[in-house]
Amino acid sequence: MAKKNKDLVDFAVTARKYRTKLTTKYNQRKPWIDPNPYEIQSIIPGTIIEVFVKEGEVVQEGDPLLILEAMKMMNHIQMPFTAKIKKINVNVGDKIPKDMSMIELEAADEDDDEENQ
Amino acid sequence: MTLKKNIIALRQKKAQVKMGGGKKAIEKQAAMGKMTARARLLYLLDVNSFHEYDMFVEHEERNFGMDMKELAGDGVITGTGTINGAPVCVYAQDFTVMGGSLGLKHARKITKIMDHALKMKVPIIGINDSGGARIQEGIGALAGYGEIFYRNTMASGVIPQISVILGPCAGGAVYSPALTDFVFVVENISKMFITGPNVIETVLGEKISQEDLGGARVHAEITGNAHFYAQTEIQSLNQIKELIGMIPHSNQKKAEKKAPKKPTFNKNLENIIPSDPKQPYDVRDVIYALTDESKFIEVQELWAPNIVIGFGRMNGETIGFVANQPMYLAGVLDCDASDKAARFIRFCDAFNIPIVTLEDMPGYLPGVDQEHAGVIRHGAKMLYAYSEATVPKITVILRKAYGGGYIAMNSRHLGADFMFAWPGTEIAVMGPEGAANIIFRKEIMEAEDQDAMRQQKVEEYIEKFANPFVAAAKGYIDAVIEPSETRDLVLHALEVSQNKDDHRPQKKHGIPPF
Repeated sequence: MAKKNKDLVDFAVTARKYRTKLTTKYNQRKPWIDPNPYEIQSIIPGTIIEVFVKEGEVVQEGDPLLILEAMKMMNHIQMPFTAKIKKINVNVGDKIPKDMSMIELEAADEDDDEENQ
Repeated sequence: MTLKKNIIALRQKKAQVKMGGGKKAIEKQAAMGKMTARARLLYLLDVNSFHEYDMFVEHEERNFGMDMKELAGDGVITGTGTINGAPVCVYAQDFTVMGGSLGLKHARKITKIMDHALKMKVPIIGINDSGGARIQEGIGALAGYGEIFYRNTMASGVIPQISVILGPCAGGAVYSPALTDFVFVVENISKMFITGPNVIETVLGEKISQEDLGGARVHAEITGNAHFYAQTEIQSLNQIKELIGMIPHSNQKKAEKKAPKKPTFNKNLENIIPSDPKQPYDVRDVIYALTDESKFIEVQELWAPNIVIGFGRMNGETIGFVANQPMYLAGVLDCDASDKAARFIRFCDAFNIPIVTLEDMPGYLPGVDQEHAGVIRHGAKMLYAYSEATVPKITVILRKAYGGGYIAMNSRHLGADFMFAWPGTEIAVMGPEGAANIIFRKEIMEAEDQDAMRQQKVEEYIEKFANPFVAAAKGYIDAVIEPSETRDLVLHALEVSQNKDDHRPQKKHGIPPF
């Protein structure tokens, strides 16, 4: 019993804290991270087949960014909104997991926009 | 004389099939620490009770050199036998025969014995040990799996279906066990996954062992796919025998009634539960104090241990227990606990097993992960399962019942037949601390000593509302009882519920939030 009680922790359920043990699964849960719209994340694990953009380039909403092959399907990843490519974290041929930050974006300032036009 | 000759020939033919994949393959199976398919069946069933059918079934594949291959029994042994005298249908995949791979004829042997079990209204037990689909047979293998799944579904709720995983069980093969009522796994031997480590490494570059991906412990503790976990095959097969002795063998029967016995667990019920509501205890001690000989077959012991489910006997009759477990996660309801309890309740309801609910419920587990994992949808399964069940439903509130959890744990409002509460239980919309903070917010804010005022208001709330008598005054609780009376009152409630006749509206089927 002494050994058993060693695992007891304070555990808050609403306003009251209970003495209780935690489960493996509870300890393994992933903490919530606020999504960053300036990161293009992989929605499925797969392989990078082609990258269409370069760092520093301003890309228009809807333009293709890269092809991510997953489950024998060529997924064309598009630009979610007009912005500048800050950093590309993947290379052609990379096998990547789900939820990986593939491309980082930053707001395109007006100069960039004019330059592009 | 010819008959004699034929008999000798038959014996030889049988002996050959009984050698499965041959001596070498059997030695390999033993080297892996595994019993042969035949040895497993013979151990599981009563001595001399096993009778095999379809020994001489042959595959019909002609491509990829398969026409040259003879596969003993097409890699699966099927038959009937008894477990402690009770008839059952069984099949066991034979890993020594082409890796136990499933071709169409192999599958048809399984579906034939399943059909038999369903017609004869006896349990079916499947021993899985197979490398998966027999690739050479292509679509034939897929057809085979599909035909098994269809029968699993048809038999669901009619006869108990038991799967034991004694080897690999990958890809499509995993879905037959998943459709059955109870899945048994063994440490280091059982492996279940949809896509194996090789595929995961090829696609993702992630390296993981078979054991870490889909071993016995993973399914018993993390995924909840497995219901019974054992260290050895023998222990696992013994668990099956014990379970078969406890449950009814079809939905038209009740479980075999045994001679009534007293509990042997002699700890006083009044001393099991700490008076400090924040201190934990093992709710299984309460179950031991209620069941005959204090025996309890716990189902899914390692997964979502914050709720305890399982079978025990009371006065000889099989009862399903559902109990919050304060020892883990304070006994909260979460996605897994709701899922676990809901399916168990449906099993009990399908097979005429009365349900006794022991409640000590702090509420639902707060957290982004829970909300996003669908605690609303999973939690709703429990409301559905309790409401739908027409077997006798008895609840004993041991210490507290708050909020949505109060409703979910077989409350009067979901159709409980008998509601008992121990004195000192807190039945309220939420815990006294939380409630006082909201109701007396202004008084607490304006007080000079806020903590003292908060404490005073909490005590006021406990005094007025956090007790069983508010609910009892409304008839939501039938009786406030002393802990020592619990077993007798539950037994009485079960006795008067013997002929319970409860009807549901005519429908094809409901639409539970799967």
